[in-house]
Order: sequence, then structure tokens, then C-alpha cells
Amino acid sequence: MFKDIIGKRSEKVKNTVERGAVKKFAEAIGDVHPIYVDEEYGKQSRYEQNIAPPTFPRVFDYGEIEDFNLPNVGLIHGEQIYHYKRPLLVGEEVYCYTEVLDYYEKTGKMGLLSFVILQGSGEDKDGKIIYTERQSVIITETVRKELVR
Amino acid sequence: MTSIFDLQIGDSLEEITLHPVSRIDLIKYAGASGDFNPIHTIDAEASKAGLPGIIAHGMWTMGNLAKLFTPYLEEGFIQDYKIRFAGMVFLEDVITLKGKLQKEREGLLDFTVAAVNQDGKEVINGAITFKKYV
Repeated sequence: MFKDIIGKRSEKVKNTVERGAVKKFAEAIGDVHPIYVDEEYGKQSRYEQNIAPPTFPRVFDYGEIEDFNLPNVGLIHGEQIYHYKRPLLVGEEVYCYTEVLDYYEKTGKMGLLSFVILQGSGEDKDGKIIYTERQSVIITETVRKELVR
Repeated sequence: MTSIFDLQIGDSLEEITLHPVSRIDLIKYAGASGDFNPIHTIDAEASKAGLPGIIAHGMWTMGNLAKLFTPYLEEGFIQDYKIRFAGMVFLEDVITLKGKLQKEREGLLDFTVAAVNQDGKEVINGAITFKKYV
């Protein structure tokens, strides 16, 4: 169904690691450490700035891949992998995009399952990778039928 | 606080047990992350999806689990964080976060990590590689 989508990617979108968003996120995961939220603590730290929690890139806008829209409902998140070159700094700009790394289908106990492997990337303004995040999304037969309809 | 680099192979990080999962936890995470899939917040939507109740965002649990390492972020950072979502987390579940040092490579510490519910079942599990600043 999505075989032809492998390799497609979105245009880069400029995001900012917003102080308020980092604080809200840290609160939501119960990790309100001063390295994330206390401005003075951040300045004194080795980063000379606050940083963002490793799963924060969830909040970024990665743009849209043309002709490829996954529904918000009915998907199963199978795996998630982050790889960092360094932590994200509060206040910095990050250029994000997403691409389809792979698509395959398997038939098992739950019927026909479709797997989409998506990779999001965050780059600095010079185009250097800061992090990548890979997710495997599983589409069940029921949801797939609705997509095709 | 001790250094993360004092740990020996086989040592565990200090476990953290979360308070029972509440609806407000998940509403807050939905707002903070922008993931408004209603099976995480609205009962009727969860039952429509065939679930016995609302379930936590997998990424909420993954976000929580990383805090085992937050006290050490001046010594290094999480270079790799890999998670498999193995089970569902329901309201009132009591989740315990665990990490164990498995291997030491040049400037890198390899941990296995897991979030375990009150029945001892791993709801997420995976690995973290912590990279030391030189």
C-alpha cells in the first residue's frame, strides 16, 4: 500500500527549543530537574544553557510528506529509537524533517500488519545533525481498510 | 551524588516508582507533547478502540524512564535510547523505572532499561547508551 513511499521525505521546518515548552514537557514526564528548567542552573552548567529532555523532539514540527498521511487514531507504536550527537539546548533553532525509511507487511495472529519505519531528524543551522529519532508504526488490518477506502 | 562512572557491570541505577497513573498525568502529557490521540484521555474513545480503559502514551512512559539518567547529565548524555513498547499502561497502574549497567566501552556505558508495572510485567524495555564527556 505504501511501498512507493519509501525514501520520501518532508521539507525542513524551522523549530525553536522553547523554554516554556521544555518546562511543560519536563513537568509532564515528572522530570523537573534544574538542568531543564532553572535558568541560572543552566548557565552554571557545562552547557552554559538549559537543555531539553531526550524525548522532547516529540513536540517539533517535521513537516508533511506529500501523499502520505497516517491517521492519528488506530496506529500501534512498536518501537522508538533516539540517537544524539549532543543534547538540545534551550533557545536554539532546530531544522526538522521526516522520511520514510522502510515499509513492509507481515501476516500474523492479528491478520495483515503493515509496518512503517519513519525517521525524524533535527539539524542545526549549518545542516549538522543533532539527533535522529526512528519510530516503527504498525497499521492493523482494520485501520488499513479505512485508509484504502 | 555519586558518579555514574562508579557503577560496576551488573549494578543497577536507583529505582524510581511513580505515583499511580492518573488521567491528569495523561492530559498534561497530551498538551505538552501535542499527541491528542483520544484513546489516552477519553474513556468513550478508548472503548471504541476495544480497550478496557484509557492507556498511557507509550512516549509518556519512555519520557519518564529517561529520568533515571537526569542526575548525571553533567557527566555525559544519552547518546542512544531504544525502546520497544511491550504492554499497555492503564490508570492507577504503579510503574517502576529500572536501569542496569551491562557493558562498558570506551567512554560509553551500555544499560538495559525497563518500566515495570505492579504485576512485574515490563511495559516498555530497551537500552540506553550513555556517552561520557571527555
